[in-house]
Amino acid sequence: MAITRKDVEYVARLARIQLSEEEKEQFTAQLTRIVEYVAKLKELDTENVEPTAHVLPLRNVMRPDEVRPSIDRDSVLKLAPKAAEGFYKVPQVIE
Amino acid sequence: MDLIDLTVSEAAQLIRKRETSSHDLVRACLDRIRAVDATVGAFVDVYEKDALSEAHAADNRIAEGGAARALEGVPVAVKDNLCVTGRPVTCSSKILKGFIAPYTATVIERLREAGAILIGRTNMDEFAMGSSTETSCYGLTRNPWDTGRVPGGSSGGSVAAVAAREAPASLGSDTGGSIRQPAALCGVAGLKPTYGYVSRYGLVAFASSLDQIGPIARSVRDIAVLLEIIGGHDPRDSTSVKRPAENLVSSLGGKIENLRIGVPKEYFVEGMDPEVKEAIRAALEKMQSAGATIVDVSLPHTEYAVATYYVIATAEASSNLARYDGVQYGYRAPHPTDLLDMYQRTKSEGFGAEVKRRIMLGTYVLSSGYYDAYYLKAQKVRTLLKKDFEDAFKLCDVIATPASPTAAFKVGEKVADPLQMYLSDIFTISVNLAGVPAISVPCGFTSNTLPIGLQLIGRHFGEGTLLKVAHAYESMTDWHKKQPKV
Repeated sequence: MAITRKDVEYVARLARIQLSEEEKEQFTAQLTRIVEYVAKLKELDTENVEPTAHVLPLRNVMRPDEVRPSIDRDSVLKLAPKAAEGFYKVPQVIE
Repeated sequence: MDLIDLTVSEAAQLIRKRETSSHDLVRACLDRIRAVDATVGAFVDVYEKDALSEAHAADNRIAEGGAARALEGVPVAVKDNLCVTGRPVTCSSKILKGFIAPYTATVIERLREAGAILIGRTNMDEFAMGSSTETSCYGLTRNPWDTGRVPGGSSGGSVAAVAAREAPASLGSDTGGSIRQPAALCGVAGLKPTYGYVSRYGLVAFASSLDQIGPIARSVRDIAVLLEIIGGHDPRDSTSVKRPAENLVSSLGGKIENLRIGVPKEYFVEGMDPEVKEAIRAALEKMQSAGATIVDVSLPHTEYAVATYYVIATAEASSNLARYDGVQYGYRAPHPTDLLDMYQRTKSEGFGAEVKRRIMLGTYVLSSGYYDAYYLKAQKVRTLLKKDFEDAFKLCDVIATPASPTAAFKVGEKVADPLQMYLSDIFTISVNLAGVPAISVPCGFTSNTLPIGLQLIGRHFGEGTLLKVAHAYESMTDWHKKQPKV
């Protein structure tokens, strides 16, 4: 199944990536080839097969709910491109 | 013997006995880095000052009669996706340039508790996405055996550093072959442990159901020594499994008589280099001569592994990499007009082409209308691939295959064709999907002196048997002792 340029634009928007015109063209062709290759999986009958998300038989690993130290706020906010008054700073969200 | 040629086990012993000093060893490695790394490009950062002062401290500790730990004074290199407090970690991506880790990976803590010294961090494909170390924002790493060729990837820097004698050992990560394929292409040993054997706390996530950290070294004994140190449960990674401690090193040296080595017919098909095929055949004969029984096994869904992997790994990556949005850390595009513009331009400017391609593919297979057809389908085929191994291991104890269909390819050869690049992982990918452990060990050379790797695959948590077989093979050969010209 061919991936169209429109598909690429739609997926790029979902992924929050801005693509150049050249990238859109390149990804349309490359993703088409990759998706065509992946379509190979359709040859297999998996009607009665359970999916594997994870190879370990683990479910909801719990730990005791105890108060413990964590990384302090300032050392984490120091890594942010912009921070102020103990918060991350981003462009205005609500008009 | 040159200090840079020492294995981890040899170096630790000489330091302990004070026949050499940690300082001399670290100095020798640093000199070697200075001499060859402009050509090899294994390191993105060398911790010269700190490594030398830690070496001095290790020597003092031993001189004062302190109990020498397993890796006392031994330098180790680590991949640029492992966090060390106060050090940059970038996954060789522009989007993380300038990021300083606020905490330390469990594997690094354990190496340090064992006395190891970090000598530097190593180059990799951006976010570990690649098979050639050509997608790094820092530029190429070159194969020490032929600098016109790639070292493999994504742990190309970690592997090239060990092959070029810049460090006796290193850590890498393996999501679809990123330790074993470069180990094969550079002629060293590299292990991907069972999923759950090693804590990933402090490893930057790529595909969480597949990622494992593993050791790279010049002997199987070293692999066992390092795995014993880094392995085991960690409450900070809920996928690390609680199991009794294993003594892997002491299980080495045993006989491999009565062990059955399975050879899957699906791994000896078209596209394989005849020289690789011949080297694997000779290796099997060698193990047979040591008393192992060679049995035919089948992994019937092998041909679907690459397709399954590129759905699951990209889906998980698209989710894991959503966090690089310019808000909390790393790169933010300058002068955003609004929030959406900030997200979109940050990712556009911060990520390289291969990472974007995989985020796009992963987002596509998870998007409404395609989830069942691609993602759910791939998860079901993953069940079949896992069952292939369960069935095969009813007939054998270890499975032997090539680690890569060809020896090292030329720089630039596969860059323009992502699908061809993906297919270079064809022999390593199923192992991650099934979660089993596997090691690549040197098993010969092509006519133009490029290393060939033998992959041995074990049962879930079958590291003991796996390492025993790998060690038995290694001790009958001297491939691992050959050195590149660089």
